[in-house]
Amino acid sequence: MSTTKPAHPPTRTVHRVFYVNGEEHEVAFAPHKTLLEVLREDLGLTGTKHGCELGECGTCTVLVDGEPILSCLMLGLECDGRRIDTIEGMAGESGAHPLQTKFAEFGAAQCGYCTPGFLLTAQAVLEEDPAPSREKLAEELSGNLCRCTGYLKIFEAIEQVAAEKRGEAAGE
Amino acid sequence: MSSNGSSSQETGLSPEAQGLRDQLKEGYNQIGKSPVKVDGMAKCTGATVFADDIELPRMLYCKLHRSHVAHARIVSIDTSAAEAMPGVVAVLTGDSMPETFGILPVSQDEHALCIDRVRFVGDPVAAVAAVDEDTAFEAMNKIVVEYEPLDPVFEPAKAINNEVEPLHGYGDDGNVHKRISMQFGDVDGALEEADLVLEDTMFFEGNTHLPMEQHAAVAMREPDGRVTLWSSTQTPHYVHRAVSKVLGMPPSRVRVIACPNGGGFGGKSDPFNHEIVVAKFALMTNRPVKITLTREEVFYCHRGRHPVLMNIKTGFRKDGRMTGMHFQSLLDGGAYGSYGVASTYYTGALQTVTYDIPTYRFDGVRTFTNKPPCGPKRGHGTPQPRFGVEVQLDKAAHALGLDPAQMRLDTLQPSNSVTANWLRIGSMGLGPCIEKVVEGSDWKNKHGKLPYGKGVGIACSSYICGAGLPIYWNAMPHSGVTVQLDRGGGVAVFCGETEIGQGSDTVLAMCVAEVLGVELTDIRLTVADTHTTPVDLGSYSSRVTLMVGHAAFQAAERARELLAKAAAKKLEVPSVRLRFAENRVFDVQDPERGMEFADAVKLAEAAYGTIAVAGWYTPPPSPGKYRGAGVGPSPAYSYSSAVIQVDVDPETGLVDIEKIWVAHDVGQCINEMLVIGQVEGSVYMGLGEAVMEEMAYRGNRFGVHKIPSLLEYKSPTTKEMPPVETYIIEDPDPNGPFGAKEVGQGPLLPIMPAVANAIFDAVGVRVDEVPITPDKVLKALGAKDKRCGPRSFPDLKITDTMRVKTEAEGGDGTAPRPPKKKKPEKGKGEEVKAS
Amino acid sequence: MMRLPPFRYLAPKNALEVAGILNGEGPDAMIVAGGTDLYPNMKRRHQMPKTLVSLRHVDDLRGVQMNGGVTIGPNETLRSLERNVDLKTRLPALWTAVQSISTPLLRNMGTIGGNICLDTRCNYYNQNFEWRRAINFCMKCEGDTCWVAPSSSVCWAVNSSDTVPVLIALGATVTLVSVDGARTIPIHELFGTDGIEYLTKRKDEVLTRIDIPDQGEAKSVYRKVRRRGAFDFPVAAVAARLTLQGNTVEDVSLVLNAVGPTPVRCEEAEGVLRGNALTDERIAEAAQAAYRPAKPLDNTDYVSMWRKKMIRVEVKRALEGMRG
Repeated sequence: MSTTKPAHPPTRTVHRVFYVNGEEHEVAFAPHKTLLEVLREDLGLTGTKHGCELGECGTCTVLVDGEPILSCLMLGLECDGRRIDTIEGMAGESGAHPLQTKFAEFGAAQCGYCTPGFLLTAQAVLEEDPAPSREKLAEELSGNLCRCTGYLKIFEAIEQVAAEKRGEAAGE
Repeated sequence: MSSNGSSSQETGLSPEAQGLRDQLKEGYNQIGKSPVKVDGMAKCTGATVFADDIELPRMLYCKLHRSHVAHARIVSIDTSAAEAMPGVVAVLTGDSMPETFGILPVSQDEHALCIDRVRFVGDPVAAVAAVDEDTAFEAMNKIVVEYEPLDPVFEPAKAINNEVEPLHGYGDDGNVHKRISMQFGDVDGALEEADLVLEDTMFFEGNTHLPMEQHAAVAMREPDGRVTLWSSTQTPHYVHRAVSKVLGMPPSRVRVIACPNGGGFGGKSDPFNHEIVVAKFALMTNRPVKITLTREEVFYCHRGRHPVLMNIKTGFRKDGRMTGMHFQSLLDGGAYGSYGVASTYYTGALQTVTYDIPTYRFDGVRTFTNKPPCGPKRGHGTPQPRFGVEVQLDKAAHALGLDPAQMRLDTLQPSNSVTANWLRIGSMGLGPCIEKVVEGSDWKNKHGKLPYGKGVGIACSSYICGAGLPIYWNAMPHSGVTVQLDRGGGVAVFCGETEIGQGSDTVLAMCVAEVLGVELTDIRLTVADTHTTPVDLGSYSSRVTLMVGHAAFQAAERARELLAKAAAKKLEVPSVRLRFAENRVFDVQDPERGMEFADAVKLAEAAYGTIAVAGWYTPPPSPGKYRGAGVGPSPAYSYSSAVIQVDVDPETGLVDIEKIWVAHDVGQCINEMLVIGQVEGSVYMGLGEAVMEEMAYRGNRFGVHKIPSLLEYKSPTTKEMPPVETYIIEDPDPNGPFGAKEVGQGPLLPIMPAVANAIFDAVGVRVDEVPITPDKVLKALGAKDKRCGPRSFPDLKITDTMRVKTEAEGGDGTAPRPPKKKKPEKGKGEEVKAS
Repeated sequence: MMRLPPFRYLAPKNALEVAGILNGEGPDAMIVAGGTDLYPNMKRRHQMPKTLVSLRHVDDLRGVQMNGGVTIGPNETLRSLERNVDLKTRLPALWTAVQSISTPLLRNMGTIGGNICLDTRCNYYNQNFEWRRAINFCMKCEGDTCWVAPSSSVCWAVNSSDTVPVLIALGATVTLVSVDGARTIPIHELFGTDGIEYLTKRKDEVLTRIDIPDQGEAKSVYRKVRRRGAFDFPVAAVAARLTLQGNTVEDVSLVLNAVGPTPVRCEEAEGVLRGNALTDERIAEAAQAAYRPAKPLDNTDYVSMWRKKMIRVEVKRALEGMRG
């Protein structure tokens, strides 16, 4: 390596305020970074995974203003002032979110890599529809790929949470 | 049950061991239940640290410059522009790592970076390490490689003719990597005796694992000069060997830690270029170095399902029993050896373990082609032949006027038997599997009876529970577990096994908890770390539950024995009467009389010193002793059967999978939830293979991979997953821990042939090719012979066939040594045993 | 990790500001709405705009108005259109097309304007930079050859929009605004002649509205062929609009997409139907007439000959479905 080589210039960054998992963060990041990169690399929130970075798998799903989106295709710059929820913020002070508990109990997470994305999509689905049919779940989760489970345990876990929330037994 | 120590004299067991045996007889603490996976909550909270999640101070980012030509000699590599870039810290080319590696001792044919030759589009040639990924990407693209093109070969049928310069300087002949021919019994005679002889040529296209996690690795030079490598690998032990070999460092100075894998399915079972490269960079730069492959690069790592062209000639009696089978397979191996020699054997190994095939001949050839290397994907080498055999059986049943389900039931290989090719079968639950899916699906009222367009198909399969022999020849255990007890009642368990999502951590913890009567939360696991854990060979060949389970059981048993002795003395109860449950050690006849588990640990530690014990497992020897007998033997075989109902649109050829009924003989569930999860996951993956997944290349366009992306390589979404009815058959196997057998791979196998057979039932056509796409169904519907599939099978150029006498012929499992041909002396490490 | 190349990011507040920026920046600037088409293209280095003009804060390009017809702001997300119950009732074919696009996650981000202006697709083009180097690039980006038709002088990348064939069939118009003013054109005139010049929209123009006329008694339908129930672009698509008087076809429009670089208006098939009873024979004849101009090549998923056959089947099924 040449000793006369110029030093790597510091990366130009922008400063923005993010509302992540209910907390305000001022973050400095390179302006061409996606939300996925800002979360993982600048905020240390590595619970958000990635499988293609092209919008083709749903692994990087997070909630922006409550809507599940592909964090690999949203600029950090576009999240200025918006509410962002990631897997790290899903458990509350009182413990895990019921979806997290049921996913674990039902074996809906095998390797666990797609799981954060599924959990956040599922959370948004249940916010909108407390009693989703199997068909509705299949549609709403169709943007999240899983290679381990065959999806069935994921459906069952979500249905169980929905049923318990409504005070019913699942599978009705 | 005995109430004193006398039983131990009858059985020859120590009182403590007899006590454990009695404890297990009374009902399990853990086994067969469905506790939450020990890593379940970590995975549902984002806490699990995958390799790409590791972030270390001053870390560099690595990118590989990959070949953009399929076959060429490297004339020169110019890295100067990359090196001159600010932010680039180091650049590597192959000449700095001349040592070869590869998973099998007989196929050490890979370099960390290509030195003089590239063999497929995507073969890595150079590497850069830079301060950030953007800089590394730019620098990687500034590397200029001059190539002298060589003729590529993309088709095995051409590779076998040796029309182009061989890819490698080893193998059986030219681009034939491996050629096998073996015969058990008189197949020609058996075919002559048959009432019906069917000969079918079929094709199974290659496909890939597609784990959601892209491979990643991080390496760091420790302050004392050692190197630590974290990687998403299923086989840290083999990566350890490869890194140590290529870097020329003693294994004791190399530490490999397998992070939990974000899916593996066999795709992370080989040591990979990128793992070695980041380790080298870490040593060079004294900085941590990370690489995370792009999705496209994951397609280049591949090691997935071999495309297999097969020819199957089978003789049947009128009642459906087989007289003999001649199975031929031609494998498209891609550019490197990988597990390929084992894969080739596997295409011929397990035909015999489901149905009685008294005489059997197998010819197999694997060729090198200029495409990413194939290797082991879930079912390793066996789904392709299983597809062929099960579809052919369906044809035979049709020709003979038999019910395909009943015909299978009538021809089962018996339990506790030895097959024609010398595989020893223990428990065999295929019969109950068939009965379950037949009943559940209402088969008898559906098969042949549904309206045109709708149909049902059945298929069965079997899989190994771990390979009987290790990948490199050695006499050491395949799996080791150490158990160390805390005075506070905690249990530390150490094992080299790797969690890839299948639940191996949970199985390990449950086996220990079962014996010691503690809760899973009392167990702390340290796994998959070559510095701290005893060797387990890795998460492949469905070996973990059986082998780790045995080793864990034995280690826990040894710890329990010490505790039982100490507790027995204190409680003044014969140790055979002690039970370990609910974190207590107590007298089975007077449960009040007992102590906390932690107190038993303290007593034992006072009496015998620090409680740290080991258990290990080596599979029993196989009865087969002939050359090639190393692939196929297993301590036990799992069995599966599936019925699939389809709705075929004869105008479009589209196949709607309406429902799947699947039964799996797992011997004994360790964790029922995990078992069902593995069955459903296998069914899902099989479905993808059956109808959509394929590794497609453009031979006429420089040999590029046609679709290296998650969008265009089609894997089923939630919308494609049909309802699945799962039945678990428990027929405990004497060789399994608690009777358990595998479940991670077997249930994938019947899916593809069951779909093909269901399509025949629906619209009367045969698609003798996987994946079964709508264009092929339409083609078959329009064809005179109502079939779509390959029309010819090339000459495999077999000159010698090894003849092994079957057990029925009075054989002893050996083959007479061929008298001629002096071969160069090979070391023991050269022999491939298995995978 | 696949990353974006650096760019300058501008976030104007209204359509006129967008037009002003585009005029000032020249062809190196590109509009980005949802980003679901452009960002993957940028990560793969086939589109490398120096300046991104984001529509994120451009509120005057949002909204759906229903009077006689329907007016849609191109910056509406696909998801908001999917949730629009009135749209589903009034323009079921458009709703079906919108709802079939990729995945719910992507529809939460992508806009209808983005889907209309979707870059043409080809599996020699939608590949990483390194992959494309292996084929020495293609005509659409940095190369000379159209690899799916090497003797062709034009690019055969495929128009893969779901909404475009429906909007053409429904007789929609689009309005384009630049600093020079606004122009409104029938939407079929928005599409060019090949996979490179696939839009007639100038680089300095921004799509500001989509107007769909009152459909009166006309029925419409959209049928999409693809491998999976999510993610996938169409590999053959049929949009049909039909006005029947009894069983007689008073008016018809039949549009194909995903079988060539531009949407295909099936004029011959329409002629077969217009003024005639919608019998099985007519339908078969029309399906055959629609089948002929479809020219799918081997640059998408599925076998191209099968895709061509599917045009015949899907046209038939579309017409049968509207028979009453």
